[in-house]
Amino acid sequence: MFDEEVLRRLDKAKREWEEGPVQKAISRFPERKDEFRTLSDQPVERLYTPLDVQDIDYEEDLGFPGEYPFTRGAQHTMYRGRMWTMRQYAGFGTAEESNRRYRYLLDQGQTGLSVAFDLPTQIGYDSDNDMSVGEVGKVGVAIDSVRDMEVLFDQIPLDQVSTSMTINAPAAVLLAMYAVVAERQGVPLETLSGTIQNDILKEYVARGTYIFPPEPSMRLITDTFAFCAEHLPKWNTISISGYHMREAGCTAPQELGFTLANAIAYVESALAVGLDVDAFAPRLSFFFAAQSDVLEEVAKFRAARRMWARIMKDRFGSDNPRSQKMRFHTQTAGCTLTAQQPDNNIVRVALQALAAVLGGTQSLHTNSRDEALALPTEESVRIALRTQQILAHESGVADTVDPLAGSYAVENMTDAIEAEAKAYIDRIDEIGGAPTAIEDGYVQRQIQESAFHHQKSVESNDRIVVGLNAYQIDEKPEWELLRVDPAIEEQQREKLERLRNDRNNDDVTNCLGTLRDSARDGGNLMEPIMAAVRAEATLGEICDALRDEFGEYQAPIIL
Amino acid sequence: MSDRRIRVLIAKPGLDGHDRGAKVLARAMRDAGFEVIYTGLRQSPEQIVNAAVQEDVDVIGLSILSGAHNHLFPKIMELLEEQEASDVLVIAGGVIPEQDIETLREIGVSRVFTPGTSTQEAIQYIEEQVGGSDACKST
Repeated sequence: MFDEEVLRRLDKAKREWEEGPVQKAISRFPERKDEFRTLSDQPVERLYTPLDVQDIDYEEDLGFPGEYPFTRGAQHTMYRGRMWTMRQYAGFGTAEESNRRYRYLLDQGQTGLSVAFDLPTQIGYDSDNDMSVGEVGKVGVAIDSVRDMEVLFDQIPLDQVSTSMTINAPAAVLLAMYAVVAERQGVPLETLSGTIQNDILKEYVARGTYIFPPEPSMRLITDTFAFCAEHLPKWNTISISGYHMREAGCTAPQELGFTLANAIAYVESALAVGLDVDAFAPRLSFFFAAQSDVLEEVAKFRAARRMWARIMKDRFGSDNPRSQKMRFHTQTAGCTLTAQQPDNNIVRVALQALAAVLGGTQSLHTNSRDEALALPTEESVRIALRTQQILAHESGVADTVDPLAGSYAVENMTDAIEAEAKAYIDRIDEIGGAPTAIEDGYVQRQIQESAFHHQKSVESNDRIVVGLNAYQIDEKPEWELLRVDPAIEEQQREKLERLRNDRNNDDVTNCLGTLRDSARDGGNLMEPIMAAVRAEATLGEICDALRDEFGEYQAPIIL
Repeated sequence: MSDRRIRVLIAKPGLDGHDRGAKVLARAMRDAGFEVIYTGLRQSPEQIVNAAVQEDVDVIGLSILSGAHNHLFPKIMELLEEQEASDVLVIAGGVIPEQDIETLREIGVSRVFTPGTSTQEAIQYIEEQVGGSDACKST
């Protein structure tokens, strides 16, 4: 970007500055550390200058917002046109209770819904299954059938909200339930907008809500790609997630490398079943964490867009810019929340949210201050949402696009993260692709290594966590925490009993039979799943039919 | 037997998939010289107690962040008693609200570590509790 003569002069001047005044300053006031490093353990220089960004070609590497390679943003006008979607992940207890929380959040100015399901739902068990005891309604809402789903979206017109659902192994089933609720509300499917997470590979690595082995799981995913391309053109068919791997302990470059390696695997699977890249790729979306190291995170988000654009164009030969444009959701990093002095978490979340916005996120969840202790109370959730609104309306950072571009530090870090993430993708390619690298435990071991390293650095006070290993106070936990009523389990059981008594059970049996046949014989599974949902088969019944045909994933123990 | 190393079973009861803490602690315990067995995810109380008895462990470390501890822990404690293994030290960690800790202690969970506990604190606690006896001295 700079004239060579200018750079030569600058190089000389910088050396003189370092050897002269800097050395003098250091001899009087030594720097705080011998070596400064980012949260991801990348070296941080004292000062960045044009010398550190001299290899950047503006047009090729940065470009303009909304244009290849999208480094500067996914949309042309970014938040000047429309603010990011403020989307708080919520759900607990019964569908009735969660519906009340959603309507509260919409009343408070939230602009999209994000559904948290309880663990039995995420793993495809009905609330009355033995495996579900003690877990019903705990970390999210319990959904057993389309009837629960109808209650969940009662008085919420599905053509007017976008809904993100954190659901993976049984994503096809929950998508079908959502679509059937739309049918019952009289809303045409093509108007539905939202996202299913549908990212099984990171479940094997980090999040743990897998059901089926990789091969049939990948088939279910590509089936949803094909179904949505035809019937739900505005639906994001997958949210390829680095968030949970980052939360499990990996670094920013690893988060990027592992997520993009997973994305490559999904694209390859879809191509292998004959889908055209530009028919499904525009609906792929991503999900990242926003950690506390603000500059590093901004660099990560910018690098992510550039890398995806190049992967789609160069590796997969896409020539549709919509396939090359990475859109992503961000959540602030739950693992940074401390149980100590929980109000401090409000500040952490604000910094992380700032990083996400400076990084150009399309939607954002801000964590609540009390989430190291329990599910958040209504008051805590409101503060978290207000944090986003203050950023949007008071901070000014939303008024110009990609404001940190051209910062010598941020551009240098963007390049550095890209290079390191690329090295992880190359390594995974050598191993034989993401599914093989996960089966081998390579990805898991990398994450565990980083997590352990981080823990050691906190315990040795090499990294300061305010309130935890520094600035502690004596405090009595006198917090009012949200408690999920254990009676919910009984209520769900009763609902299931009623359902099984008053639906047409012959219909259910027939639909499940057809589903089994399709699972065995091939063919897209979405239609038979839709039919089973319409007949009011339960989530557990549908997943059991698929378990019978596909078997269950046996996770290797990697320590 | 006097030089037997402390044996620990790190277990993930229920459907919870958050295993960062469990794995970090397991690794730190190994570095501290313990023998550590990790169950992996989605373990029923039966599976955990059977593994503990079979592996003849001194300690069970339960890691749970899903909120199902009030249901799962009493079952584990009951089964330990049934299998005459109540002498095994049971500790726990994860997202467990303060209000629940007293109840869990009453049913025999020796110590509940809350978020932010260092691995060294947990290791030291185990050494104090089981390291002193002749049967299982740390090497």
